Amino acid sequence: MIQSLNDSNDSMKRAFPILGVLTAILLSYGLYMALVGAPTERTMGDVQRIFYYHVPSAWTAFILFFVNFGASVFYLIKRRPAADIVALVSAEVGVVFCTIVLVTGPIWARPVWGIWWTWDMRLTSTLVLWLIYVSYLFLRRFSSSGQTPTLAAALAVLGALCVPFVYFSIWFFRTQHPQPVMGGGGSIDPRMLHVLLINWLAFSCFAFLVCWSRYRLEKLQRDVDQAHALESLLDPRRGVR
Amino acid sequence: MSAPTGITRVTLLKDLRLEWRSKDAINSMLFFSLLVVVVFSFSFDPSAEESRQIAGGLIWVAFLFAAVVALNQTWAREIRNQVLDAYRVSPAPANSLFAAKVLGNFIFVTVLEALMTPLFIVFYRLRALGPAWQLLLVAVLGTWALVVNGTFFAAMSLRTRSREIMLPLLLFPISIPAILAMVQSTTAILNGEGARFWIVLLVTYDLVFTTVCLLLFETVLNAE
Repeated sequence: MIQSLNDSNDSMKRAFPILGVLTAILLSYGLYMALVGAPTERTMGDVQRIFYYHVPSAWTAFILFFVNFGASVFYLIKRRPAADIVALVSAEVGVVFCTIVLVTGPIWARPVWGIWWTWDMRLTSTLVLWLIYVSYLFLRRFSSSGQTPTLAAALAVLGALCVPFVYFSIWFFRTQHPQPVMGGGGSIDPRMLHVLLINWLAFSCFAFLVCWSRYRLEKLQRDVDQAHALESLLDPRRGVR
Repeated sequence: MSAPTGITRVTLLKDLRLEWRSKDAINSMLFFSLLVVVVFSFSFDPSAEESRQIAGGLIWVAFLFAAVVALNQTWAREIRNQVLDAYRVSPAPANSLFAAKVLGNFIFVTVLEALMTPLFIVFYRLRALGPAWQLLLVAVLGTWALVVNGTFFAAMSLRTRSREIMLPLLLFPISIPAILAMVQSTTAILNGEGARFWIVLLVTYDLVFTTVCLLLFETVLNAE
């Protein structure tokens, strides 16, 4: 059992740098394509290139939140600690990517629409999504360690169920009142789509890499905590020291 | 079938009797929402037409903050003397306890709304241009949405550090669609516009979240 664990650990250790190099290549190629390779947008000019960071970050964040939901449901059913770690890690990294979306959005909006922020449908629903998952991280931080996984998984399920309500309510809220027309809509140049997809792939690889190392760190941390607890149980003098 | 409802009834009556004798929750909620009304009225100083536009938001923000006061006290009573631990080892179904707490909070917040709404109408010179009976429907559905989620999250934040601040941190983000629906439907009815979409949304929200909270409550109560 332990031997097989070590084996899988070793192969993981070997796969990690390979994936890291691959991600670095993809990211630099994506950066080059976004800044040089992609055609300049006719009306917005070079500002539009932030699109290749904004949209892939959003997609990556949504995928990570979806992973968080899946892992939380799995944890509630099967009670595997690994599922809990996956849920934690995906929420953390997802919040980071969601923050990137919320920061790059206004930077793009200011020169194009003339305003930093508008309570438009997509901006508002992304902000609400961000709020939900930040509250999830707060709960994880503030609850006592033994019950954190269960409580967090329950909150993750409720949060994920809330997402369709958020979209519907804000969609209706915003279609009632006329708003500045969003960029995008209509067709996209195939070369732009190509760069977008490359960047998305690079971002997803990067997110996976970060999640992976965070997973290993969290796993190690828990093993160390467990070993400490066990040690102080076996040797009472150390416990009361 | 009679046993779970019996437990719900007994717990609910106990909570109501305790509240009737102490009046802690209802008094603090009433005074708190009164303060919100007065402070808002000073900070905006609205005309009758403006207040019709903003009243929906003001009313619900006041009720939301006041409800948090009551919700925070929901489980505090059961923590003292380890009542909740006794409940966990007893064979009584967890959902009966949850239902009793939700109903109790629903009654508290409804009483608060019944007492505060006339004051709102007087202070902000409100007159509904749409069908006023729909406001009643919105009030019931909206209060239920707040109270179901609030009771659930109060149980969740029970054993966290700084639990009083934890409840709004958990409750507000998840309640955003419901709050939006309450505020928008109230404003729409006050201005004589249709509010059907928002009422349907509230009904769906209530159904989904009541079901999920009932399904997950036992897990949360027994989390260790």
